[in-house]
This record gives sequence, structure tokens and C-alpha cells, in this order.
Amino acid sequence: MDFKSSDTITGPRAEDHLPHTAQAAVKIVIVGGFGVGKTTMVGSVSEIRPLTTEETMTQAGIGVDDNYGSETKTATTVAMDFGRISITEQLVLYLFGTPGQERFWFLWNGLFEGALGAVVLIDTRRLEVSFDVIGRLEERGVPFVVAINDFPDAPRYPVEDLRAALDLSEEIPIVKCDARRRASSRDVLMTLMRFLHSLAMSRARA
Amino acid sequence: MTPPQRRRRHPKEEPPEPPKAAPAPAGQDNPKEPERLYVLTGGGEGGDRADIDLVTLIVARADVPPPAIQPEQSALLRLCKAPLSVAELSAYLNLPFSVVTVLLTELLAAELVQARAPIVRRALPDRSLLEAVMHGLQKL
Repeated sequence: MDFKSSDTITGPRAEDHLPHTAQAAVKIVIVGGFGVGKTTMVGSVSEIRPLTTEETMTQAGIGVDDNYGSETKTATTVAMDFGRISITEQLVLYLFGTPGQERFWFLWNGLFEGALGAVVLIDTRRLEVSFDVIGRLEERGVPFVVAINDFPDAPRYPVEDLRAALDLSEEIPIVKCDARRRASSRDVLMTLMRFLHSLAMSRARA
Repeated sequence: MTPPQRRRRHPKEEPPEPPKAAPAPAGQDNPKEPERLYVLTGGGEGGDRADIDLVTLIVARADVPPPAIQPEQSALLRLCKAPLSVAELSAYLNLPFSVVTVLLTELLAAELVQARAPIVRRALPDRSLLEAVMHGLQKL
């Protein structure tokens, strides 16, 4: 194992340490196609410079031709950028986003389990890259909202056209945002939280 | 202009039966069943890892790492003098998440670190938790 000597490890800056009172953490996952602005969104609201964690996975025959049946296992490194928002002295929120191929995230053990919910970030120039991930979230029962990252040269569709194109039911919020702006990204997260809250309320009534 | 249309994946619509693969040789997993295999360091006695989430907060119990542990683990202990998530530990150490969970499992067993309020998996978030997060976000 190629491990850096501990002298060379760059640990957190003093201001990046959590207070000793921190007791629990929750997470939100930001999903979407490549280049759609996930890392930008993480970075715009994070109190720390976004960090990267990775996982090495070996899976039988992902996207490779069967090499005459001899060895079909491929190793893939999946990297995720993440950021952090201290909610209170006790509670911390982590935001995970990732470049790369979405199908691998669902192999990442525990990424979606225990997550409060997900934000599906969309670029209307390449709407179709989000189809797969929306289907997978639905199958897994992960609650999500859709955020349209408003690129200047992207086509502007009416929200209801997008809802129809994405085949989303009425209750799933769709909002526009500018992932570069902290306030805008914060509003997307608030939209998700309000949606989760309304789900929790309706469950409590049921 | 009309956007492209997603085709919903109805659970009822089972994918067509895959063509029958040639039976896998004995002792080999069926390649049609994707399987995750983590690359582990050290004592990878499979299945013994603690239930550690990306956002489980880890904090060292002692100020001074005992001498007889791996350098990776002593680096880990130094990093988490104040609480840090497993994701942050993985990032700072440049080690994959699964490797960090193995190292942490041993440190937890040796009571050198404490895992704080690990996320209860599959539990539905309660309203007061959601409200706390909303309140915190509003202050951003």
C-alpha cells in the first residue's frame, strides 16, 4: 500500500476542525451528469474547501468486453467531492457530489442509506444524462428534488415541460438555481428540506 | 422546442430474460451477478468491519497514540483529536473509504477512538432533525 509518511499528511487547517461538541452528522447527496455543476454546488455552500474521498471497487465485467471468459473483473476508483456545513454546535451536514459515472455510486455501500435525500442537478442542454439517475433514485425510494442549473446558453423549458419530460409526479419540487451562488445553492437545499419535512408530516398523519 | 423524454422504468416491466450464460466453472462467481469486492489492507477478515458510515464522526480517546500500532492508524489518531467524519479522514489520509473503515474497526475494538452517534441506517429522519437542519441552513 502506497501510504504517505505521516509527516507529509496535510490534515485539516485549524479552522476546519469540528468543535468537540459535534455529536452527529447527516448527509445529502447531489447527483447529476458529468459537468453539471455538482462540485460547484458543494463548493459554494461548504464551510471547508471541498475534499475528495474515494473508493476502489472491483466488479465483474462492467463495461468491458468479456475477455474470452478469462478475467472479467475490472477495478474502478470512484471519487466523490464533498463539503460540510455546521448546522449547530452538535449537528453537522455533509454534502456529497461526484464526477464520473453515476452507475458506480449505487455500488458505493452506504452512500444513499442514511442520507436525508438527494438533489438531482440538471443541465437542460443534456437533460437525458439525468434520466438514469432519476430512475435509480425512484427504485431505491430516495426522496429527491430537481434543481435546474441555469447555464446562460442552456435552453429554457417551462418547468411543466421539464416535469413531463422527466416524468416526475406533481409533488416533486423542481427549482432553478445558479450553483455558483451560495444563496442559490442554499435555497436548493432548503427546497429539499421542506420537501422532506412535508413527507415526514404526511407520514405522521398516515 | 421539446425536451427529450425520459422513459420511466416501471418495476412491473421486467427486463427481458438475459440469455442463459454458460455455467460458470465451479468456484467462480457467476459474472452476470455483479459483485462488489473491496480491496482491503491488513486484517480483512471479511464481515468484521464495524458499521461505519461516511459521516460517522470519529474522535480519538487518548491524546498520545500508543506506540504499537500501524503508522496509518497513528496518523488517523492524530487527525481525529477533534471530531472528524470518516469521509474527511479518508480525504486527508488519501486512503479509500473501505480501507479507512478497516483501520477504524481495529481502533474502535482497541477503544482508541470513539464513533459518535453513527447514522442509524434505514431509519426515517425525524421532524425535529429536519427542522434543525432547515434552521441551520437559513443562517447561511
